[in-house]
Amino acid sequence: MADTSHGTGGLTFDKSKRSWPNELNVALALIIIIVIFEVLGQVLPYMNGQSFLFDTKDRFDGPLGLFNVARLQIIILQVAIIGIIALGVTQVIITAGIDLSSGPLVAATAMIAMSFGQTELVNGNPNPKALFGPWAMDLPVLVPIVIGLTFGAFIGAVNGTFIAYFRIPPFIATLGMFLICRGIALWWSGGNPVSFPTESYKALGAGMMPVVWFLSLAVVFHIVLRHTVYGKHTYAIGSNEEAARMSGINVRRHKVMVYMIASMLAAFAGIILSSKASTAQAGMGEFYELFAIAMAVIGGISLTGGRGSIIGTVLGAMVLGFIRSGFTYIKLDGSYQLMAMGGIIIAAVILDQYRQRNRA
Amino acid sequence: MNDDIVLKTQDLTKHYGGVHALEKANFEIRKGEHVAIMGDNGAGKSTFVRQITGVEQRTSGKVWLYGDEVHFAGPLDAREAGIETVFQTLALADDLDVPDNLFLGREITKFDWLGPFRFLDYKAMRKATIAGLEKTAVKIPNIRNTIQNMSGGQRQCVAIARTATFHSRLTIMDEPTAALGVQETAQVENIIRTLKEAGEPLILISHNMRQVMDLVDRIVVFRRGRICANLRKEETDGQDIVAYITGAKTQPEYADAA
Repeated sequence: MADTSHGTGGLTFDKSKRSWPNELNVALALIIIIVIFEVLGQVLPYMNGQSFLFDTKDRFDGPLGLFNVARLQIIILQVAIIGIIALGVTQVIITAGIDLSSGPLVAATAMIAMSFGQTELVNGNPNPKALFGPWAMDLPVLVPIVIGLTFGAFIGAVNGTFIAYFRIPPFIATLGMFLICRGIALWWSGGNPVSFPTESYKALGAGMMPVVWFLSLAVVFHIVLRHTVYGKHTYAIGSNEEAARMSGINVRRHKVMVYMIASMLAAFAGIILSSKASTAQAGMGEFYELFAIAMAVIGGISLTGGRGSIIGTVLGAMVLGFIRSGFTYIKLDGSYQLMAMGGIIIAAVILDQYRQRNRA
Repeated sequence: MNDDIVLKTQDLTKHYGGVHALEKANFEIRKGEHVAIMGDNGAGKSTFVRQITGVEQRTSGKVWLYGDEVHFAGPLDAREAGIETVFQTLALADDLDVPDNLFLGREITKFDWLGPFRFLDYKAMRKATIAGLEKTAVKIPNIRNTIQNMSGGQRQCVAIARTATFHSRLTIMDEPTAALGVQETAQVENIIRTLKEAGEPLILISHNMRQVMDLVDRIVVFRRGRICANLRKEETDGQDIVAYITGAKTQPEYADAA
């Protein structure tokens, strides 16, 4: 500060003075992780000099590309569906809340939506998994989508109402909803899978479609959080709820809206997952809620609210995806993978807290 | 009614159950006037402010703002009518920057047909923020900084700058310097002087006798929920005011209050 004596000197909004964005740290971590796996691939004797990220001759017969596209596609495909949930969870955590119900909601929505997306004839025979009569067969794909999203919105509204109006802690309210949704998923078809969807239902999650949905929804909600009144109020509530109320924001109504959007995203993830798998089962989406939270946390969100971003969460999803793929690539056993991922999540939070302390 | 009067209350009363926190307060403030409200803890100062800013609903009595009788359902109502309040506890969101905080709850927006998803007009809000800060001569190195990176004085200045940004018709400050250091206090006092020069009416609640004698035109003393004195600064001094605060003296026209 050069001039503090008089006048209005120093009134600026200089872009260069903005603090080092947290997202860059996550991106940096991502690059470090890739480099580590790349080095391990060269160093570990049993890897035979295989590359993690780059295309190598001994893998493909076709023309050699720069990157190992197949691996990259699998990595992002694996995180895309949980990533859609994480976009909603991010918004909830920014308000200083939490949503544990998203995993079971994925299963419940998958069951409900697919039972309106079944096809009547499978190879000329009646659909063996048909849940409803002919009236529910071969409906336009919009019907299961609308029904699924409406169900999600309803669950979110219930979550939000209990949290905002009955002042039940978000952890408890959504834990209750966690069990309720798993129950709904089991009850819906008596525990039987719902299968054989219509072609248009199958197309929703076919191939790389989950990635397309994930990335386009990420762009939409990045803009929503950064540039709309809804986004600003979401951050304000997480930052200082009392100040938000005194500023005239309808905090309770806004919270209900946030939980509704989060649950609708989880419901949409359920539709995409069932479409990709061509079947819906009551046990689907296990631990999805926790991985979604982990993505947001690795992406630098603060569980006390007010801080975090969609870009951070997308990068967090990538970190999780690359780690998982990298462990498989160096042939690490699944049990070690879980332990290592748990350690990485905790390390991410420790690093973030350390950074926070240094800044304050 | 006199055109000069900014705010007037008549028999303003607030009971919390059996507790008579505020009893028949008759108060007025005129254009360009700076009035201090003093009194011991629990004398009814903050209760009085909460009634005129719509934070609480009064038990009985009437309030006029610029000649119109008003009934505020909530703080936003009062704010929309032009009463800006700087509360004792800072109503700022730590993770947001200066323009975000100034415009919280009344953002300048584009594409309003998008409802809750209407877009923020950051550029316009930055411009208005800078204008507001210049008007109050508040110095903040970088308005894009989040509030958490600011000192207590800077935060208080941001809270005060809100009033200037929104062309308030009456500013109320509830102990604005209670938590601040010497230099920061001086900065806030300078802003108050700037408001005085600009002819903006202000109600200042403060325990700081020097500050009150430095800044305001008139001092109203509360005691046990009632107004017990209304003193022009020139006709009083610190000892006199303390006598009113402690109950050693009561002005004759308020004798029934004692």
